[in-house]
Amino acid sequence: MIVKAASHLRGKDLVGIDQLSPEEIQLLLDTAEQMQEIAKRPIKKVPALRGKTVVNLFMEPSTRTRFSFEVAEKRLSADSLNFSSSGTSVEKGETLLDTARNLEAMQPDFIVIRHRYAGAPHQLARALKSSVVNAGDGAHEHPTQALLDALTIRQKRGTLEGQVVAIAGDLAYSRVVRSNVLLLSRMGATVRVAGPPSLVPPGIEKLGCEVHYRLEDAIAGADVVMMLRIQLERQGKMNFPTVREYYDFFGLTPERVKLAKHDALVMHPGPMNRGVEIDSRVADGPQSVILEQVTNGVAVRMAVLYLLAGGHGEPVAD
Amino acid sequence: MKRVQVLDARGIARALERMAAEILEKVGDEKLLYLVGVQTRGVPLARRLARLIAGKTGCEPTVGALDITLYRDDVGPWRAAHQQPLLRDTALPVKVDGKTVCLVDDVLYTGRTVRAALDTLMDYGRPRAIRLAVLVDRGHRELPIAADFVGRAVPTAASEDVQVRLKESDGEEGVWLAREEAAG
Repeated sequence: MIVKAASHLRGKDLVGIDQLSPEEIQLLLDTAEQMQEIAKRPIKKVPALRGKTVVNLFMEPSTRTRFSFEVAEKRLSADSLNFSSSGTSVEKGETLLDTARNLEAMQPDFIVIRHRYAGAPHQLARALKSSVVNAGDGAHEHPTQALLDALTIRQKRGTLEGQVVAIAGDLAYSRVVRSNVLLLSRMGATVRVAGPPSLVPPGIEKLGCEVHYRLEDAIAGADVVMMLRIQLERQGKMNFPTVREYYDFFGLTPERVKLAKHDALVMHPGPMNRGVEIDSRVADGPQSVILEQVTNGVAVRMAVLYLLAGGHGEPVAD
Repeated sequence: MKRVQVLDARGIARALERMAAEILEKVGDEKLLYLVGVQTRGVPLARRLARLIAGKTGCEPTVGALDITLYRDDVGPWRAAHQQPLLRDTALPVKVDGKTVCLVDDVLYTGRTVRAALDTLMDYGRPRAIRLAVLVDRGHRELPIAADFVGRAVPTAASEDVQVRLKESDGEEGVWLAREEAAG
Protein backbone atom coordinates (compact mmCIF):
# COMPACT_ATOMS: atom_id res chain seq x y z
CA MET A 1 0.00 0.00 0.00
CA ILE A 2 1.66 3.19 -1.17
CA VAL A 3 -0.41 6.16 -0.12
CA LYS A 4 0.03 9.20 -2.31
CA ALA A 5 -0.27 12.50 -0.45
CA ALA A 6 -3.41 14.57 -1.09
CA SER A 7 -2.91 18.01 -2.64
CA HIS A 8 -4.85 19.72 0.16
CA LEU A 9 -7.05 19.15 3.20
CA ARG A 10 -10.76 19.04 2.42
CA GLY A 11 -12.12 20.46 5.64
CA LYS A 12 -11.83 23.93 7.13
CA ASP A 13 -11.17 22.31 10.52
CA LEU A 14 -9.20 19.50 12.07
CA VAL A 15 -11.56 18.04 14.65
CA GLY A 16 -10.52 14.40 14.45
CA ILE A 17 -8.54 11.74 12.65
CA ASP A 18 -11.93 10.30 11.75
CA GLN A 19 -12.39 13.01 9.11
CA LEU A 20 -9.04 12.37 7.38
CA SER A 21 -8.35 10.12 4.42
CA PRO A 22 -5.04 8.20 4.24
CA GLU A 23 -3.96 10.65 1.53
CA GLU A 24 -4.65 13.64 3.81
CA ILE A 25 -2.74 11.96 6.65
CA GLN A 26 0.17 11.44 4.27
CA LEU A 27 0.09 15.13 3.27
CA LEU A 28 0.10 16.20 6.93
CA LEU A 29 3.03 13.91 7.78
CA ASP A 30 5.04 14.92 4.68
CA THR A 31 4.47 18.59 5.43
CA ALA A 32 5.40 18.11 9.11
CA GLU A 33 8.62 16.40 8.10
CA GLN A 34 9.62 19.47 6.08
CA MET A 35 8.67 21.76 8.97
CA GLN A 36 11.23 20.05 11.22
CA GLU A 37 14.09 21.76 9.44
CA ILE A 38 12.91 25.18 10.65
CA ALA A 39 13.77 24.26 14.26
CA LYS A 40 17.42 23.80 13.23
CA ARG A 41 17.83 27.24 11.64
CA PRO A 42 19.55 30.16 13.32
CA ILE A 43 16.27 32.08 12.97
CA LYS A 44 13.52 29.62 13.87
CA LYS A 45 10.70 31.52 12.22
CA VAL A 46 9.11 31.74 8.78
CA PRO A 47 6.59 34.35 7.62
CA ALA A 48 3.97 31.93 6.25
CA LEU A 49 1.17 32.86 8.71
CA ARG A 50 2.06 36.51 9.20
CA GLY A 51 -1.02 38.49 10.17
CA LYS A 52 -3.02 35.41 11.14
CA THR A 53 -4.50 35.26 14.62
CA VAL A 54 -4.84 32.06 16.61
CA VAL A 55 -6.91 31.81 19.78
CA ASN A 56 -5.73 29.01 22.06
CA LEU A 57 -8.85 28.14 23.99
CA PHE A 58 -7.70 25.73 26.68
CA MET A 59 -10.60 24.90 28.98
CA GLU A 60 -8.72 22.06 30.62
CA PRO A 61 -5.18 21.83 32.04
CA SER A 62 -2.45 21.26 29.48
CA THR A 63 1.26 22.00 29.43
CA ARG A 64 2.74 20.12 26.51
CA THR A 65 -0.03 20.59 23.99
CA ARG A 66 -0.63 24.26 24.76
CA PHE A 67 3.09 25.08 24.62
CA SER A 68 3.52 23.02 21.50
CA PHE A 69 0.72 24.85 19.67
CA GLU A 70 2.08 28.17 20.84
CA VAL A 71 5.59 27.40 19.63
CA ALA A 72 4.17 26.21 16.29
CA GLU A 73 2.15 29.43 15.92
CA LYS A 74 5.16 31.61 16.72
CA ARG A 75 7.45 29.72 14.32
CA LEU A 76 4.95 30.43 11.55
CA SER A 77 4.68 34.13 12.58
CA ALA A 78 1.01 33.91 13.60
CA ASP A 79 -0.22 35.97 16.55
CA SER A 80 -1.32 33.83 19.50
CA LEU A 81 -3.91 34.73 22.09
CA ASN A 82 -4.11 32.47 25.10
CA PHE A 83 -7.30 31.84 26.92
CA SER A 84 -7.71 29.76 30.03
CA SER A 85 -10.97 29.18 31.81
CA SER A 86 -9.86 30.53 35.17
CA GLY A 87 -10.07 34.29 35.54
CA THR A 88 -12.44 34.68 32.59
CA SER A 89 -16.16 34.87 31.97
CA VAL A 90 -16.34 31.06 31.89
CA GLU A 91 -16.28 31.34 35.68
CA LYS A 92 -19.28 33.67 35.42
CA GLY A 93 -21.27 30.98 33.64
CA GLU A 94 -20.91 31.90 29.98
CA THR A 95 -21.54 28.97 27.64
CA LEU A 96 -18.78 27.63 25.40
CA LEU A 97 -20.58 28.74 22.27
CA ASP A 98 -21.11 32.27 23.58
CA THR A 99 -17.46 32.50 24.61
CA ALA A 100 -16.37 31.30 21.19
CA ARG A 101 -18.74 33.63 19.32
CA ASN A 102 -17.46 36.56 21.30
CA LEU A 103 -13.89 35.60 20.56
CA GLU A 104 -14.76 35.16 16.90
CA ALA A 105 -16.18 38.65 16.80
CA MET A 106 -12.54 39.72 17.10
CA GLN A 107 -11.76 37.95 13.79
CA PRO A 108 -9.30 35.21 14.68
CA ASP A 109 -8.36 32.85 11.85
CA PHE A 110 -7.94 29.77 14.03
CA ILE A 111 -9.37 28.51 17.27
CA VAL A 112 -7.39 25.75 18.95
CA ILE A 113 -9.58 24.15 21.58
CA ARG A 114 -9.00 21.74 24.45
CA HIS A 115 -12.20 20.83 26.28
CA ARG A 116 -13.30 18.17 28.71
CA TYR A 117 -16.44 17.35 26.76
CA ALA A 118 -16.32 15.17 23.66
CA GLY A 119 -17.68 17.02 20.65
CA ALA A 120 -16.97 20.55 21.87
CA PRO A 121 -14.63 21.29 18.91
CA HIS A 122 -17.21 19.91 16.48
CA GLN A 123 -19.85 22.22 17.89
CA LEU A 124 -17.55 25.21 17.43
CA ALA A 125 -16.51 24.09 13.95
CA ARG A 126 -20.15 24.08 12.83
CA ALA A 127 -20.95 27.44 14.38
CA LEU A 128 -17.85 29.44 13.49
CA LYS A 129 -16.13 30.62 10.33
CA SER A 130 -12.67 30.28 11.87
CA SER A 131 -10.73 27.05 11.41
CA VAL A 132 -11.12 24.94 14.54
CA VAL A 133 -8.33 22.61 15.64
CA ASN A 134 -9.09 19.98 18.25
CA ALA A 135 -6.37 19.90 20.91
CA GLY A 136 -8.19 17.15 22.82
CA ASP A 137 -11.90 16.74 23.55
CA GLY A 138 -12.87 14.61 26.54
CA ALA A 139 -12.21 10.94 25.92
CA HIS A 140 -12.93 11.37 22.21
CA GLU A 141 -10.04 12.50 19.97
CA HIS A 142 -6.64 14.16 20.09
CA PRO A 143 -5.71 14.27 16.40
CA THR A 144 -2.44 16.22 16.61
CA GLN A 145 -1.14 13.74 19.20
CA ALA A 146 -1.86 10.81 16.88
CA LEU A 147 -0.18 12.66 13.99
CA LEU A 148 2.97 13.34 16.02
CA ASP A 149 3.05 9.71 17.18
CA ALA A 150 2.73 8.57 13.57
CA LEU A 151 5.47 10.96 12.43
CA THR A 152 7.78 9.58 15.16
CA ILE A 153 7.07 5.98 14.17
CA ARG A 154 7.48 6.71 10.46
CA GLN A 155 10.81 8.43 10.98
CA LYS A 156 12.21 5.73 13.24
CA ARG A 157 10.85 2.71 11.41
CA GLY A 158 10.68 4.07 7.87
CA THR A 159 7.00 3.36 7.38
CA LEU A 160 3.69 2.93 9.19
CA GLU A 161 2.51 0.10 7.04
CA GLY A 162 2.88 -3.33 8.58
CA GLN A 163 4.08 -2.00 11.93
CA VAL A 164 2.71 -3.75 14.99
CA VAL A 165 1.85 -1.13 17.57
CA ALA A 166 0.85 -2.08 21.12
CA ILE A 167 -1.02 0.60 23.07
CA ALA A 168 -1.61 -0.14 26.74
CA GLY A 169 -3.15 1.47 29.76
CA ASP A 170 -6.17 3.58 30.42
CA LEU A 171 -8.17 2.90 27.27
CA ALA A 172 -11.50 4.04 28.69
CA TYR A 173 -10.52 7.61 29.46
CA SER A 174 -8.02 8.10 26.65
CA ARG A 175 -8.56 10.26 23.58
CA VAL A 176 -5.01 9.43 22.52
CA VAL A 177 -5.86 5.77 21.97
CA ARG A 178 -8.90 6.55 19.85
CA SER A 179 -7.06 8.91 17.51
CA ASN A 180 -4.07 6.61 17.33
CA VAL A 181 -6.07 3.49 16.51
CA LEU A 182 -7.97 5.35 13.79
CA LEU A 183 -4.83 6.78 12.24
CA LEU A 184 -2.55 3.76 12.47
CA SER A 185 -5.13 1.28 11.19
CA ARG A 186 -5.96 3.65 8.33
CA MET A 187 -2.27 3.71 7.36
CA GLY A 188 -1.89 -0.07 7.35
CA ALA A 189 -0.43 -0.73 10.81
CA THR A 190 -1.69 -3.45 13.14
CA VAL A 191 -2.83 -2.04 16.46
CA ARG A 192 -3.16 -4.07 19.64
CA VAL A 193 -4.61 -2.49 22.73
CA ALA A 194 -4.32 -3.82 26.26
CA GLY A 195 -5.61 -2.90 29.68
CA PRO A 196 -7.44 -4.28 32.67
CA PRO A 197 -11.05 -5.20 31.75
CA SER A 198 -12.34 -2.32 33.87
CA LEU A 199 -10.47 0.11 31.60
CA VAL A 200 -11.31 -1.48 28.24
CA PRO A 201 -14.44 0.14 26.83
CA PRO A 202 -16.84 -2.29 25.15
CA GLY A 203 -16.71 -2.10 21.36
CA ILE A 204 -13.20 -0.61 21.16
CA GLU A 205 -12.27 -3.31 18.63
CA LYS A 206 -14.67 -1.65 16.17
CA LEU A 207 -12.14 1.18 15.81
CA GLY A 208 -9.86 -1.34 14.12
CA CYS A 209 -7.68 -2.98 16.78
CA GLU A 210 -7.07 -6.26 18.58
CA VAL A 211 -7.95 -6.30 22.29
CA HIS A 212 -5.77 -8.00 24.90
CA TYR A 213 -6.17 -8.22 28.64
CA ARG A 214 -2.57 -9.14 29.40
CA LEU A 215 0.14 -6.61 28.64
CA GLU A 216 2.56 -9.41 27.65
CA ASP A 217 0.22 -10.64 24.89
CA ALA A 218 0.00 -7.19 23.36
CA ILE A 219 3.72 -6.48 23.50
CA ALA A 220 4.98 -9.81 22.13
CA GLY A 221 6.89 -9.12 18.91
CA ALA A 222 5.65 -5.52 18.63
CA ASP A 223 7.53 -2.78 16.74
CA VAL A 224 6.20 -0.03 18.98
CA VAL A 225 5.02 -0.05 22.59
CA MET A 226 2.98 3.00 23.52
CA MET A 227 2.01 3.43 27.16
CA LEU A 228 -0.91 5.61 28.17
CA ARG A 229 -1.11 7.60 31.33
CA ILE A 230 -3.36 6.35 34.08
CA GLN A 231 -5.54 9.42 34.43
CA LEU A 232 -5.92 9.35 38.16
CA GLU A 233 -7.75 12.70 38.14
CA ARG A 234 -10.47 11.37 35.83
CA GLN A 235 -11.18 8.25 37.83
CA GLY A 236 -14.20 8.94 39.99
CA LYS A 237 -13.57 5.58 41.51
CA MET A 238 -10.50 3.49 41.04
CA ASN A 239 -10.84 0.90 38.32
CA PHE A 240 -8.12 -1.25 39.83
CA PRO A 241 -7.34 -2.05 43.45
CA THR A 242 -4.06 -0.15 43.89
CA VAL A 243 -1.52 1.75 41.83
CA ARG A 244 1.04 -0.83 42.94
CA GLU A 245 -1.06 -3.67 41.60
CA TYR A 246 -1.54 -1.82 38.32
CA TYR A 247 2.23 -1.53 37.97
CA ASP A 248 2.64 -5.24 38.69
CA PHE A 249 0.29 -6.23 35.90
CA PHE A 250 0.41 -3.34 33.38
CA GLY A 251 3.57 -1.38 34.16
CA LEU A 252 6.16 -1.36 31.36
CA THR A 253 9.21 -2.87 33.02
CA PRO A 254 12.58 -3.63 31.36
CA GLU A 255 11.66 -7.34 31.45
CA ARG A 256 8.40 -6.73 29.58
CA VAL A 257 10.09 -4.52 26.97
CA LYS A 258 12.25 -7.54 26.06
CA LEU A 259 9.11 -9.30 24.77
CA ALA A 260 8.84 -6.76 21.95
CA LYS A 261 11.25 -6.60 19.01
CA HIS A 262 14.81 -5.93 20.17
CA ASP A 263 14.75 -2.45 18.61
CA ALA A 264 11.11 -1.64 19.42
CA LEU A 265 10.24 1.98 20.17
CA VAL A 266 8.91 2.96 23.57
CA MET A 267 6.47 5.86 23.45
CA HIS A 268 4.34 7.82 25.92
CA PRO A 269 2.22 10.89 25.20
CA GLY A 270 3.03 12.36 28.64
CA PRO A 271 2.74 13.36 31.34
CA MET A 272 4.15 10.12 32.72
CA ASN A 273 3.35 8.52 36.03
CA ARG A 274 6.74 6.96 36.65
CA GLY A 275 6.41 3.71 38.52
CA VAL A 276 2.74 3.35 37.57
CA GLU A 277 2.36 2.68 33.83
CA ILE A 278 6.06 2.95 32.99
CA ASP A 279 9.26 2.15 34.84
CA SER A 280 11.86 4.92 34.91
CA ARG A 281 14.50 2.57 33.51
CA VAL A 282 12.32 2.17 30.40
CA ALA A 283 11.19 5.79 30.15
CA ASP A 284 14.81 6.96 30.19
CA GLY A 285 16.21 3.93 28.37
CA PRO A 286 17.76 3.65 24.91
CA GLN A 287 14.51 2.60 23.20
CA SER A 288 12.54 5.57 24.50
CA VAL A 289 11.55 8.21 21.93
CA ILE A 290 9.36 10.12 24.37
CA LEU A 291 11.18 13.44 24.01
CA GLU A 292 11.36 13.11 20.23
CA GLN A 293 7.57 12.85 20.30
CA VAL A 294 7.50 16.28 21.93
CA THR A 295 9.85 17.76 19.33
CA ASN A 296 7.76 16.28 16.53
CA GLY A 297 4.62 17.75 18.08
CA VAL A 298 5.69 21.25 17.11
CA ALA A 299 6.31 20.29 13.48
CA VAL A 300 2.97 18.48 13.23
CA ARG A 301 1.06 21.48 14.60
CA MET A 302 2.88 23.77 12.18
CA ALA A 303 1.81 21.50 9.33
CA VAL A 304 -1.82 21.51 10.51
CA LEU A 305 -1.97 25.31 10.74
CA TYR A 306 -0.15 25.83 7.44
CA LEU A 307 -2.36 23.43 5.51
CA LEU A 308 -5.62 24.70 7.04
CA ALA A 309 -4.59 28.28 6.20
CA GLY A 310 -4.89 27.36 2.54
CA GLY A 311 -8.62 27.70 2.80
CA HIS A 312 -11.12 25.01 2.03
CA GLY A 313 -12.81 24.21 -1.19
CA GLU A 314 -15.22 21.61 -2.39
CA PRO A 315 -13.79 18.11 -2.14
CA VAL A 316 -11.86 17.43 -5.34
CA ALA A 317 -12.86 14.27 -7.16
CA ASP A 318 -9.85 12.02 -7.76
CA MET B 1 -1.34 23.75 -27.21
CA LYS B 2 1.40 24.98 -29.52
CA ARG B 3 4.97 24.38 -28.40
CA VAL B 4 7.99 26.16 -29.89
CA GLN B 5 11.44 25.05 -28.84
CA VAL B 6 13.67 27.86 -27.64
CA LEU B 7 16.68 25.83 -26.48
CA ASP B 8 17.63 22.22 -27.07
CA ALA B 9 20.01 20.12 -24.96
CA ARG B 10 23.08 21.58 -26.71
CA GLY B 11 21.71 25.09 -26.32
CA ILE B 12 21.23 24.57 -22.58
CA ALA B 13 24.74 23.13 -22.28
CA ARG B 14 26.26 26.10 -24.13
CA ALA B 15 24.29 28.62 -22.05
CA LEU B 16 25.40 26.99 -18.79
CA GLU B 17 29.02 26.85 -19.98
CA ARG B 18 28.98 30.59 -20.64
CA MET B 19 27.21 31.33 -17.34
CA ALA B 20 29.81 29.30 -15.41
CA ALA B 21 32.61 31.37 -16.96
CA GLU B 22 30.79 34.63 -16.18
CA ILE B 23 30.10 33.59 -12.59
CA LEU B 24 33.79 32.79 -12.02
CA GLU B 25 34.85 36.08 -13.53
CA LYS B 26 32.43 38.13 -11.46
CA VAL B 27 32.90 36.33 -8.14
CA GLY B 28 36.69 36.37 -8.29
CA ASP B 29 37.54 34.22 -5.29
CA GLU B 30 35.91 30.90 -6.20
CA LYS B 31 36.52 29.55 -2.69
CA LEU B 32 33.79 31.90 -1.45
CA LEU B 33 31.31 30.81 -4.11
CA TYR B 34 28.19 28.99 -2.92
CA LEU B 35 25.66 27.91 -5.55
CA VAL B 36 22.15 27.67 -4.13
CA GLY B 37 19.43 26.22 -6.33
CA VAL B 38 15.83 27.29 -5.84
CA GLN B 39 13.54 24.26 -5.62
CA THR B 40 12.82 22.44 -7.76
CA ARG B 41 14.62 22.92 -11.11
CA GLY B 42 17.14 25.41 -9.78
CA VAL B 43 18.76 22.56 -7.85
CA PRO B 44 19.93 20.39 -10.78
CA LEU B 45 20.99 23.56 -12.63
CA ALA B 46 23.13 24.61 -9.63
CA ARG B 47 24.74 21.15 -9.62
CA ARG B 48 25.55 21.40 -13.31
CA LEU B 49 27.07 24.86 -12.91
CA ALA B 50 29.16 23.54 -9.99
CA ARG B 51 30.56 20.75 -12.17
CA LEU B 52 31.35 23.17 -14.99
CA ILE B 53 33.13 25.50 -12.59
CA ALA B 54 35.05 22.54 -11.12
CA GLY B 55 36.20 21.74 -14.66
CA LYS B 56 37.77 25.18 -14.92
CA THR B 57 39.24 25.59 -11.43
CA GLY B 58 39.67 22.04 -10.16
CA CYS B 59 37.64 22.95 -7.07
CA GLU B 60 33.91 22.27 -6.99
CA PRO B 61 31.88 24.98 -5.23
CA THR B 62 29.42 24.01 -2.51
CA VAL B 63 25.87 23.45 -3.74
CA GLY B 64 22.75 24.00 -1.64
CA ALA B 65 19.00 23.71 -2.16
CA LEU B 66 16.50 26.32 -1.02
CA ASP B 67 12.74 25.91 -0.60
CA ILE B 68 11.05 29.30 -0.61
CA THR B 69 7.46 28.11 -0.11
CA LEU B 70 6.96 29.47 3.40
CA TYR B 71 8.20 32.90 2.25
CA ARG B 72 5.95 33.22 -0.79
CA ASP B 73 3.57 36.15 -0.99
CA ASP B 74 0.71 33.98 -2.18
CA VAL B 75 0.30 31.36 0.54
CA GLY B 76 -2.96 31.52 2.42
CA PRO B 77 -6.66 31.57 1.64
CA TRP B 78 -6.40 33.92 -1.31
CA ARG B 79 -5.00 31.10 -3.39
CA ALA B 80 -7.55 30.09 -5.95
CA ALA B 81 -6.97 26.34 -5.86
CA HIS B 82 -7.44 25.96 -2.08
CA GLN B 83 -4.17 24.20 -1.87
CA GLN B 84 -1.04 25.25 -0.13
CA PRO B 85 2.11 24.71 -2.16
CA LEU B 86 3.97 21.57 -1.14
CA LEU B 87 7.08 22.03 0.91
CA ARG B 88 10.42 20.79 -0.44
CA ASP B 89 13.80 20.22 1.16
CA THR B 90 16.04 23.06 2.13
CA ALA B 91 19.60 21.74 2.40
CA LEU B 92 22.40 24.20 3.03
CA PRO B 93 25.38 21.96 3.87
CA VAL B 94 27.56 24.85 5.03
CA LYS B 95 26.71 28.25 6.50
CA VAL B 96 26.01 31.10 4.11
CA ASP B 97 27.81 33.68 6.30
CA GLY B 98 30.59 35.45 4.43
CA LYS B 99 29.93 33.51 1.22
CA THR B 100 29.11 34.85 -2.22
CA VAL B 101 25.84 33.07 -2.78
CA CYS B 102 24.72 32.63 -6.35
CA LEU B 103 21.01 31.82 -6.45
CA VAL B 104 20.15 29.58 -9.38
CA ASP B 105 16.68 29.20 -10.87
CA ASP B 106 15.26 28.01 -14.16
CA VAL B 107 13.01 30.93 -15.14
CA LEU B 108 12.95 34.58 -14.03
CA TYR B 109 9.44 36.00 -14.50
CA THR B 110 7.71 38.33 -12.01
CA GLY B 111 10.65 38.36 -9.60
CA ARG B 112 8.43 37.27 -6.70
CA THR B 113 10.22 33.95 -6.25
CA VAL B 114 13.56 35.75 -6.09
CA ARG B 115 12.21 38.17 -3.48
CA ALA B 116 11.11 35.16 -1.39
CA ALA B 117 14.48 33.46 -1.93
CA LEU B 118 16.34 36.57 -0.73
CA ASP B 119 14.26 36.69 2.44
CA THR B 120 14.72 32.96 3.02
CA LEU B 121 18.51 33.20 2.63
CA MET B 122 18.73 36.15 5.01
CA ASP B 123 17.15 34.00 7.73
CA TYR B 124 20.03 31.54 7.36
CA GLY B 125 22.78 34.07 7.87
CA ARG B 126 24.61 37.00 6.34
CA PRO B 127 26.15 36.24 2.96
CA ARG B 128 28.90 38.56 1.67
CA ALA B 129 26.88 39.05 -1.51
CA ILE B 130 23.97 37.41 -3.32
CA ARG B 131 23.92 37.04 -7.11
CA LEU B 132 21.25 35.63 -9.36
CA ALA B 133 21.71 33.19 -12.25
CA VAL B 134 18.74 32.06 -14.37
CA LEU B 135 18.58 29.84 -17.39
CA VAL B 136 15.75 31.85 -18.98
CA ASP B 137 14.69 35.46 -18.41
CA ARG B 138 11.20 35.83 -19.84
CA GLY B 139 10.52 39.43 -18.78
CA HIS B 140 7.31 40.78 -17.13
CA ARG B 141 8.96 41.75 -13.86
CA GLU B 142 6.62 42.92 -11.08
CA LEU B 143 9.42 43.75 -8.65
CA PRO B 144 12.68 45.69 -9.10
CA ILE B 145 14.84 42.58 -9.55
CA ALA B 146 17.38 41.74 -12.24
CA ALA B 147 19.55 38.69 -12.91
CA ASP B 148 23.35 38.87 -12.95
CA PHE B 149 23.74 35.85 -15.23
CA VAL B 150 21.20 34.92 -17.90
CA GLY B 151 21.36 31.83 -20.10
CA ARG B 152 18.87 33.12 -22.66
CA ALA B 153 16.55 36.13 -22.65
CA VAL B 154 13.27 35.08 -24.27
CA PRO B 155 10.71 37.75 -25.12
CA THR B 156 7.28 36.37 -24.19
CA ALA B 157 3.64 37.35 -23.98
CA ALA B 158 2.10 37.04 -20.51
CA SER B 159 -0.29 34.43 -21.90
CA GLU B 160 2.58 32.18 -22.91
CA ASP B 161 4.13 29.54 -20.72
CA VAL B 162 7.87 28.87 -20.54
CA GLN B 163 8.54 25.18 -19.98
CA VAL B 164 11.99 24.16 -18.82
CA ARG B 165 12.55 20.41 -18.88
CA LEU B 166 15.70 18.89 -17.44
CA LYS B 167 16.72 15.28 -17.71
CA GLU B 168 17.28 15.05 -13.91
CA SER B 169 13.69 16.03 -13.09
CA ASP B 170 11.67 15.55 -16.28
CA GLY B 171 13.42 12.91 -18.37
CA GLU B 172 13.71 15.28 -21.36
CA GLU B 173 15.92 18.26 -21.98
CA GLY B 174 15.01 21.59 -23.52
CA VAL B 175 13.17 24.88 -23.16
CA TRP B 176 9.85 25.45 -24.89
CA LEU B 177 7.48 28.33 -25.28
CA ALA B 178 3.89 27.09 -25.08
CA ARG B 179 0.72 28.93 -25.93
CA GLU B 180 -2.94 27.94 -25.82
CA GLU B 181 -4.31 27.99 -29.32
CA ALA B 182 -7.56 29.82 -29.95
CA ALA B 183 -10.50 27.49 -29.52
CA GLY B 184 -11.99 26.19 -32.73
